[in-house]
Amino acid sequence: MSTKEKKLNSERLQRIIELCKSVEERGVDPFAVDVDDIIATLHKYFPDWESTEELALDAEAIQYLASVIQNQGDWVKHRSTSLYTDPFLLEEKIQRLCKEELATLFTTVWNPIIELEQISISSLAEALRYWNDLLPISERWQKNGPLQVETGVTTREELVRLKILAEKTFFEELEAFWKELKQKVGENEKILYWDFVGADTYSETIDRAYMTSFLVTYGYATLELHPLEEEIFIKPFTKPKSELADRRMVSVPISVSSEEWMKWKEEKQG
Amino acid sequence: MTRKAYYARKIKRAAQLLFYKRHMKPGVKGWELRNALGSDYPKILKVLDDHLEKLDLQVKTVFEGEEPAGKPTLEELNKARFFITLRGGLPSKDAKMMGWRIDDIAGLATAISFIISKKGKAPREEVEDILRNKLPGWRVDINMNRYIRSGYLAEDENEQLYLDWRTRAEVDQKALVDLLLGTET
Repeated sequence: MSTKEKKLNSERLQRIIELCKSVEERGVDPFAVDVDDIIATLHKYFPDWESTEELALDAEAIQYLASVIQNQGDWVKHRSTSLYTDPFLLEEKIQRLCKEELATLFTTVWNPIIELEQISISSLAEALRYWNDLLPISERWQKNGPLQVETGVTTREELVRLKILAEKTFFEELEAFWKELKQKVGENEKILYWDFVGADTYSETIDRAYMTSFLVTYGYATLELHPLEEEIFIKPFTKPKSELADRRMVSVPISVSSEEWMKWKEEKQG
Repeated sequence: MTRKAYYARKIKRAAQLLFYKRHMKPGVKGWELRNALGSDYPKILKVLDDHLEKLDLQVKTVFEGEEPAGKPTLEELNKARFFITLRGGLPSKDAKMMGWRIDDIAGLATAISFIISKKGKAPREEVEDILRNKLPGWRVDINMNRYIRSGYLAEDENEQLYLDWRTRAEVDQKALVDLLLGTET
């Protein structure tokens, strides 16, 4: 097929799409579209379509044709309902009736919604309270220019005090925590999780559990689980193990609830 | 609390909710009534409807989408909107008192019945052409906008008109078409 012929055929497809669209958008009679003829045309052109644009145009035409068929279905459904009326007959009746007759007739089938709007004492009081609290418009709409602040000098200690900077970096803290773990373990190689994490206050315990989780994740220590005894030990490594990242990681959820902490504290004191 | 007192209290609350305007749109959604009155709100509305009958008023239910063929489910009721409307018709001279001129009502009747006959959707231009036969041109646009603003008609981006929520709540569409067709001209 020549390029010129192809162009003509795709223009025909565009016209088909426009016709189908007019049914949907402008309420054109869906039976004005000859569906069989369009299907035959689409069928005839289809083997010649090659590019993505041509195939997309064909698919679009099919889609709009399907909506026309749906409109035809709806039309048949509407005709079979009790609300169906011949529009021409109805239009003629409307034309012949005078406006008084039309209005009288309409009011017999019109049941307007009843709704009330009434102010109450409580809503008045609320509105007054709002009014009293409302700033004058001159104040509310005041245009504030950007505040000019003098630049000054601050110190690191001041920033630490304001919690803008941390006293130590996170890794410095982690290293210190690792050293503490190694000291507590001593010759035993491992320590019970709660004996290491547990502290005098619950918030401190949570902090220590948080840091411990990083010790394990970053290869400074590992966990040893004894499920039958329901015991968890933490074992520090002598050197951080970076190769841990290459191995399959397993998450171990450990509950550090306040009940668990109380239980641990009572056992320790007992 | 006795059963009678319980229902009396609930009916009073239902009447307050339905009569007083609470949102931009009148009426109350089913789920709002369920929250305020409890899950047996359809029963309470039925009793309220019986009371209102003596005053020629009714509790009207407008379902989301098409009206269910059989008894509506609780889910359908929760999504529906409930209104209080007149039960019987309104004399046209009273309608005039409500801020509606006889021209406005006649125009509304024409627009609604024309859209019904066109399967619930008609181009605004066609509806305006019909109205222009009986109303001065400058009034047609004003009236159409008023019908749309009040919720009787809705218009889409293609200037197609549809029947909106207020028509579904207030107008007995079947009776309107029957009456129009039954007129002797």
